[in-house]
Amino acid sequence: MTGLCEGGNEPPSSLKSIVEQPNEYSHAPDWRRVQVAVCMNLMKAVASASAETPAQIMQRCLGRENLRCDGRTRLDYRPMEIETDVVSHASGSARLRLANTDILVGVKTEIDTPYPERPREGKMEFFVDCSANATPAFEGRGGEELGTEISNSLATAYQSPEAFDLTSLCILHGQQCWKLYVDILILECGGNLFDAVSLAVKAALHNTRVPKVKAASMDGGSVDLHLSDDPFDCYRLDVSAAPCLVTLCKIGDHCVVDPTAEEETCSNASVVVAVTENSLVTSVFKTGVGSFHPQTLLETLKVGQAIGLDVNKVLKDALLKEEEQGDKRQCYGFLK
Amino acid sequence: MTQNVYIRLASQRIDNTITVGSEAPRLYTPGEIVTCSTGYMRGHGTYMEESALTASVAGVAEQVNKLISVRPIKNRYTGEIGDVVVGRITEVQQKRWKVDTNSRLDSVLLLSSVNLPGGELRRRSAEDEQMMRKYLQEGDLISAEVQKVYVDGSLSLYTRSLKYGKLSQGVLVKVFPSLVKRRKTHFHNLPCGANVILGNNGFIWICPTINGGGEDGLGGFTQNLEEQAVPRSDREVIARLRNCILALSNCKMMLYDTSILYAYEESMKYEIAELLQPEPMLDICVLTQQRLFMMQEDE
Repeated sequence: MTGLCEGGNEPPSSLKSIVEQPNEYSHAPDWRRVQVAVCMNLMKAVASASAETPAQIMQRCLGRENLRCDGRTRLDYRPMEIETDVVSHASGSARLRLANTDILVGVKTEIDTPYPERPREGKMEFFVDCSANATPAFEGRGGEELGTEISNSLATAYQSPEAFDLTSLCILHGQQCWKLYVDILILECGGNLFDAVSLAVKAALHNTRVPKVKAASMDGGSVDLHLSDDPFDCYRLDVSAAPCLVTLCKIGDHCVVDPTAEEETCSNASVVVAVTENSLVTSVFKTGVGSFHPQTLLETLKVGQAIGLDVNKVLKDALLKEEEQGDKRQCYGFLK
Repeated sequence: MTQNVYIRLASQRIDNTITVGSEAPRLYTPGEIVTCSTGYMRGHGTYMEESALTASVAGVAEQVNKLISVRPIKNRYTGEIGDVVVGRITEVQQKRWKVDTNSRLDSVLLLSSVNLPGGELRRRSAEDEQMMRKYLQEGDLISAEVQKVYVDGSLSLYTRSLKYGKLSQGVLVKVFPSLVKRRKTHFHNLPCGANVILGNNGFIWICPTINGGGEDGLGGFTQNLEEQAVPRSDREVIARLRNCILALSNCKMMLYDTSILYAYEESMKYEIAELLQPEPMLDICVLTQQRLFMMQEDE
């Protein structure tokens, strides 16, 4: 086929029928030239289609210049919006919106018995519900795998005693404790789910109010608890050491934070770092099929730690600012 | 280290509705009674419940003589013949491609309605059918025109003009289809240094200006991915345009060449990444609105 394009004599088999047609047109010579020109274009297209995929274009763009499709640099987050206490029935709740990612978290408290091996600690359970409203891919059991992945990652990040003090949830040593059910609802998917979920969880835990226990008495094997009659007689949890997850998405040789959904599809590996306020890394894990060079990984972790520190600080400031507005604060929820 | 994380509170949320001159139109919510009086006809987006005309979608009511319909704010694209659309190939089938055009059903692009090498009047052979994935494969973006609307509302597209065809390097922005203003032309070569295809289906394609004539630029199957990378200056223009278009759509402003260009000019005082924040977005929309209003008065 290239023979024809270079001006050779052999027409390609697919064009033979046309080229050999009798000259019905008076402008036959031009006609043929047009065919050849279009054909050359096609050849180029076919060759280039396999030359570079969109993912490679993005890698090239990000690698050379520190500019992303929406004008951010590699280490910029998109603006986020947070509101706590949005669900009145929950002990604590928060809603976080990061561009198109929308997360609602509710915390529910329940009385449970502690694990025998950890008699002084309370319990915490994460559950992620990927609503089919977010993307059609979550329909049926589609979101289950992702939900489990996120809840497992949160459980690992919060596992460290340095990260979240579960002993504050203990009511009666070895007998009774509080169990926190952290329910996470993903309402919309716009990329960077891990970061958004962890921030929303931290905000919801910050907002959580656990009822105070006035008296506990042992009656044989069973425990009698007396909760305060006043529903506002509660204590808050200390979330200052709770970790935030920072996703570093590897595109080409560089890592970007807060990837959009498009950037996520162009990357084949990400590192997620759980960082606390004291820049302590409580867990690190990798998602995706790709691999990291040890040197790159070390640098990535350092970047993630620095950014995690920033994220924690900014979230804390925002939560404090919201608290300053007092009890009369208006709840905006989902209405504009 | 510079501050690159921003968390806002819901109380700082700003109202981004821009009203043109008069007050904002009355919005109906699903289940809300539009009118109780009899003698009206039931149009799209409404239903009769106990002899009251009720809205079934959220939107504005429109009345034509005795016919009342509610036009939804958000909806899928309903195609019309002659519309320019941007779509993504989702499937390669027998003699046709399936294209996602943001409508309820996937559109079809028949093998017979594309320009194949060999001019307009050549026959489609069996080899062409086997080569289909070489021309367009799943995930490719195309610009096309609506040729036919089937009874079920699905669309038949065609690209038998050199201005349509496969799209190469650029950025796709998705907005509500109702925000794209119907104009004579939807292909614009903006003076700021980028080409924009405003698809009627709400898909907007921004790509760098192609030098050397538009003839073999956008059309056909040329995909010049291997050609030199887009320089940083062009990418900045594209990123800024993208953010401007999203800002306009966020404020529910109509999108056409003038509004986009005005928004682009007004945005120059901000950094590109700043345009992701709500305040600059509202600011450039207000300024754009004012300029458009002044231009209308001049005429």
